[in-house]
Amino acid sequence: MSDYILSMEHITKVYPNGFVANRDVSLSVEKGEIHALSGENGAGKSTLMKVLFGEEQPEEGKIFFEGREIHPENSISAIKMGIGMVHQHFMLVPSLTVAENIVLGMEPGRFGYFNKREAFRRASEIIEKYRFSIDPRERVENLPVGDKQKVEILKALYRGAKLLILDEPTAVLTPQETEELFVQMNLLKAQGHTLIFISHKLREIKQICEHITVLRGGRTVGTARVADVTEQEISRMMVGRDVMLEIEKPPAHPGKTVLQVRDLPLSDRPDAPTISFDIREGEILGVAGVEGNGQSELAMSIAGLLPYKTGSIRLKGKELRGLSVRKIRALGLSHISEDRMSYGCAADANIEENLFSTTIYQKKYSRFGLLRGKLLDRRTDELIREYRIKCSEKKEPVRMLSGGNIQKVVVAREFSGNTPMILANQPTRGIDVGATEFIRNKLVDLRTNGAAVLLISADLNEVLEVSDSLLVLSSGGVSAYFADAAQVEEDTLGEYMLGLRQMTAQEIGGAVHEASD
Amino acid sequence: MKHRTKDRPLPTNRQIETRFTLIRTLVAVGIALAGCLILILVVSEEPWDAFVAFLIGPLESGKNIATVFETAAPLVYSGLAVSVMFSCNQFNMAGEGALYIGGLVASAVAVKLSLPIVVHPILALLLGGVAGAVVCAVPGILKIKLGATEIVSSLMLNYIVLYLGVYILNYFLIDPAAGFPATERLPESAQLPTLIPRTHFHVGTILAFVLCAVVYLYLYKSKQGYAIRMVGQNEKFARYSGIGVGGTILSAQLAGGFLAGMGGASEVLGSYTRFQWVALPGYGFDGVIVATLAGNNPLLVPLGALFLGYLRVGADIMSRRSDVATEVLSIVQGTIILLVASKLFLQHIKHKYIVSVAEKRESLAAAAPEAAPEGGEANA
Amino acid sequence: MPEVLRSIFSVDFVYSALRLTTPVLFAALGSLVADRAGVTNIGLEGIMLFSALTGVLGSAYSGSLFVGMLCGLVTGLFIALIMAYFSLQMKADIILTGVAMNLVATGGTVFILYSICGDKSVSTSLSSLVFPTIEIPLIRDIPVLGDILSGHNLLTYLSLVAVVVVWFFLEKSKPGLRIRSVGENAHAAESVGIHVRRVRYGALLLSGALASFGGMFLSMGMLTYFSKNMTAGRGYIALAAQALGNGSAIGTFFASLVFGCAEALSVSLQGVGLPPQFVQMVPYVATILGLVLYAALRKNTKKRVRKHKRRKRGSP
Repeated sequence: MSDYILSMEHITKVYPNGFVANRDVSLSVEKGEIHALSGENGAGKSTLMKVLFGEEQPEEGKIFFEGREIHPENSISAIKMGIGMVHQHFMLVPSLTVAENIVLGMEPGRFGYFNKREAFRRASEIIEKYRFSIDPRERVENLPVGDKQKVEILKALYRGAKLLILDEPTAVLTPQETEELFVQMNLLKAQGHTLIFISHKLREIKQICEHITVLRGGRTVGTARVADVTEQEISRMMVGRDVMLEIEKPPAHPGKTVLQVRDLPLSDRPDAPTISFDIREGEILGVAGVEGNGQSELAMSIAGLLPYKTGSIRLKGKELRGLSVRKIRALGLSHISEDRMSYGCAADANIEENLFSTTIYQKKYSRFGLLRGKLLDRRTDELIREYRIKCSEKKEPVRMLSGGNIQKVVVAREFSGNTPMILANQPTRGIDVGATEFIRNKLVDLRTNGAAVLLISADLNEVLEVSDSLLVLSSGGVSAYFADAAQVEEDTLGEYMLGLRQMTAQEIGGAVHEASD
Repeated sequence: MKHRTKDRPLPTNRQIETRFTLIRTLVAVGIALAGCLILILVVSEEPWDAFVAFLIGPLESGKNIATVFETAAPLVYSGLAVSVMFSCNQFNMAGEGALYIGGLVASAVAVKLSLPIVVHPILALLLGGVAGAVVCAVPGILKIKLGATEIVSSLMLNYIVLYLGVYILNYFLIDPAAGFPATERLPESAQLPTLIPRTHFHVGTILAFVLCAVVYLYLYKSKQGYAIRMVGQNEKFARYSGIGVGGTILSAQLAGGFLAGMGGASEVLGSYTRFQWVALPGYGFDGVIVATLAGNNPLLVPLGALFLGYLRVGADIMSRRSDVATEVLSIVQGTIILLVASKLFLQHIKHKYIVSVAEKRESLAAAAPEAAPEGGEANA
Repeated sequence: MPEVLRSIFSVDFVYSALRLTTPVLFAALGSLVADRAGVTNIGLEGIMLFSALTGVLGSAYSGSLFVGMLCGLVTGLFIALIMAYFSLQMKADIILTGVAMNLVATGGTVFILYSICGDKSVSTSLSSLVFPTIEIPLIRDIPVLGDILSGHNLLTYLSLVAVVVVWFFLEKSKPGLRIRSVGENAHAAESVGIHVRRVRYGALLLSGALASFGGMFLSMGMLTYFSKNMTAGRGYIALAAQALGNGSAIGTFFASLVFGCAEALSVSLQGVGLPPQFVQMVPYVATILGLVLYAALRKNTKKRVRKHKRRKRGSP
């Protein structure tokens, strides 16, 4: 026990909405090592680290740090104990200089005067000590992402962090920046610091970590010495199916092409990888992959919320570039947004109002400019029943519902329009099992009745069970296409997702069924 | 889908919120009046008489009650205007200027055109409304096109509109015989007839209250009103749903401006013999109070306006009968806005209540699982 | 028209522009401090109005200018404190809070004035003290410049000093650094143990203090008495000036100066045959034009910056 700087034992964390993010999770980190914490999205890594950093309080479990039991109440008390966190979303003030950001909250100077020179001196000192190459006088807003991350690390070090948590630090970095970060991490290790490295990039874990702890579905899968396991074995630990939901899925009978995407860039960089595919009637095309590889851009472009300069998107043969959201929806698109509370609903509006935001302008719902309240009420009752929305009445504000029921409202709105094309982006994220199963079955029903479905999901169970065919995105763009999702092995999928394997352009071209005109 | 236990149905969360909003507003009003009483105690020689005059005075006679309605009428118009604009989440304060210009344009129509009765006031009211709509549209357009904050631009616009109006009054509409800056007497054909003799309770007063129903239908039962409210509640959601955000914002400002402008017109045509405003009448800002009290709900606007009208008349009577100035009212009004706008005011009591109801609901559900109300868990 | 031009390019014009800048400048600096902490202080108008009155009352009853100043200052702080309590503690919308304060001020000042003087429009029955004008020894003797810069009210000089002080405070002091960090990224500030609410309280109080001097200048400098609604929208103009000043004290000074000039122009245009209403309109039109211009420019730069960033990110 004594060579462990940190041990978290039997941590259980239940969120107020009933979601169990950590169930009896344990993690032990040796002093002076780089320890990988790994797992799929939603496996509970972030929650575990929030518990350690005092941002969440666990229901059960103990935390020992440097041999003493600790109860971090908030991030400030965690910092005082010597725990530092480098957030994925940087906690920096853009217009301040590097040095100012480093010393903020513990500024040098007397009588309220901020001694800038001393701040620069201290910043330079710490920059030198850990051999970072960064100008303390530069404003943070002018820095590339990699350097911003260095500032975050320096902030933690300035506050005396002995244990540093790096939350998916390489997700936003270029390969060169990643290499640089690793050099830095090894330097920190050499100077006696301990690091927890959250990542699901196997190569990186292999490269710099001693141990790896894998979480899946809120539980610990296990801890291993990285040297003793292969990448394939780690991948198998991370990617696995736990709960098999019952999805009844008759075989697909694809018809005519509904949506045609050609050479659409996956980010706004000029060298961004592009994607091309077709979706036909009665077919669900899944897009699997670790988040942040262009899924959001793809969805927003199709939905008309993000203009695209190059490439083309055709819905039922009509080019969507420059069309308004209303026109695109009128052409036959339904869209479940990944961001339920910002885009998917108006939280203060009631259920009925949320159910008709996309269709209210249709002639049948109004007469002489006034809405036909009775008709809307009746439709609402039908939808609440059909989609099993748990509520006390149809005029209840949506914010009073549980996450799963809010999503059912969204789904009821988007699925009830008889649209030929359904874009479902993370349709079941963060909701309970019942609602999840319901929504997945609905998606399959709709496609059996002839709808074309594009299912974007970071949840492997979901893409594997629901999709007919499958595209895989990795950090380098599209890494695989499978014409039959049912034939895909999880291990294989994991390797493509994590960029261990890559199909040829010709194989990926299978996603395109029609020669473009 | 609704299963209710037979004897005493537990309130839904929405019902609790509605009730609670009412209680909160009443408590706020109570606190404000109590504060007012303290102020009167401090400044007055005969505080009790003053306070009685303030609270009882407006209800003493039929005439006084009619005056309350008459005083409330312009507040209804501007309260409706502000409600529509705030529903779209636009802090457009140009209702003040719109109301002013509406009055001016209406009196110009009254004195410059000769038209038969009925037609004359209707045209005056409509054109007054149009002028108001134009004024309120300006901050809206600046916001949509350039992203300039509507608050400051609308406040500045009020002054510009005022001086422009005074200029028009002085150079084009002035009646030298009046002896002060004012238009000629408004012709009978253009006036809104008085309904209760010896008061200014006129057709426009009735119209104001009728308009509440119309605006309610517009805001809550029409396509455009729906769009306005959705844009106001969550602009991203509106955009994602295919609602034209810019157009909706503009239409809310136009509608609000029209109502304010018409309010100015109605006020001038019904209660004045000449147009003589050389300062902003202040009704626009009062609209903010009314809308806050009414929670931007047009059906509650009359209540807010009548309450404010009642306070106005009371303060007026008090100032005549005692040594307390009417302006004590503004302190009451400010306090009410502050308290009603405070999200956390009495919040803990509401939360406790919701929790206790939820617990009761749960214990009921445990006792009779199949009869459990299908209440979604509250996401507090 | 040449007459107008002559009057604009006269010493008097520049002198009066500086003088008329004072109240707007104080309030704009107040708005600046609040804005850098991420709070829009719409209540400046009300704070100015209240302080204008209490300054007069305090000085008249105590016979001491200092006590009068203290009264005005404490009033400003007190109103700012109320605003801070309701917006920060009770989570009331800051805009509504400000609007409420301004409403209270319009009526409340008249109420107090009437209760004390028995007059509803001016306080001339009270003999208020006035901040002195100051002749600056050496500068006074410089030909043109002396006439422009010397002989101003103490508060005018104080407002110029305040520009430097606010600049120093925001850019060089620890609290200033924290205010800026809170306004720009409250989460980041919080993550390093800065109490966001406490910082905002402080910023609002400072904002109230600065605005109170703007109010006192109106009633105890520019005029020698309080008159109903004497702020005439200067608190709102100050908000615009601060926006135009682009977040810096120096920029805010120049933007306020523009509005001072607009007001001076409005004064010197009187009596040249233009309708007085158009003359009165000048400062407000200038404000709207300024806002529009600023918004348009910012929209353009944003576009350019975005393009630039995209290019930058693209290059390896």
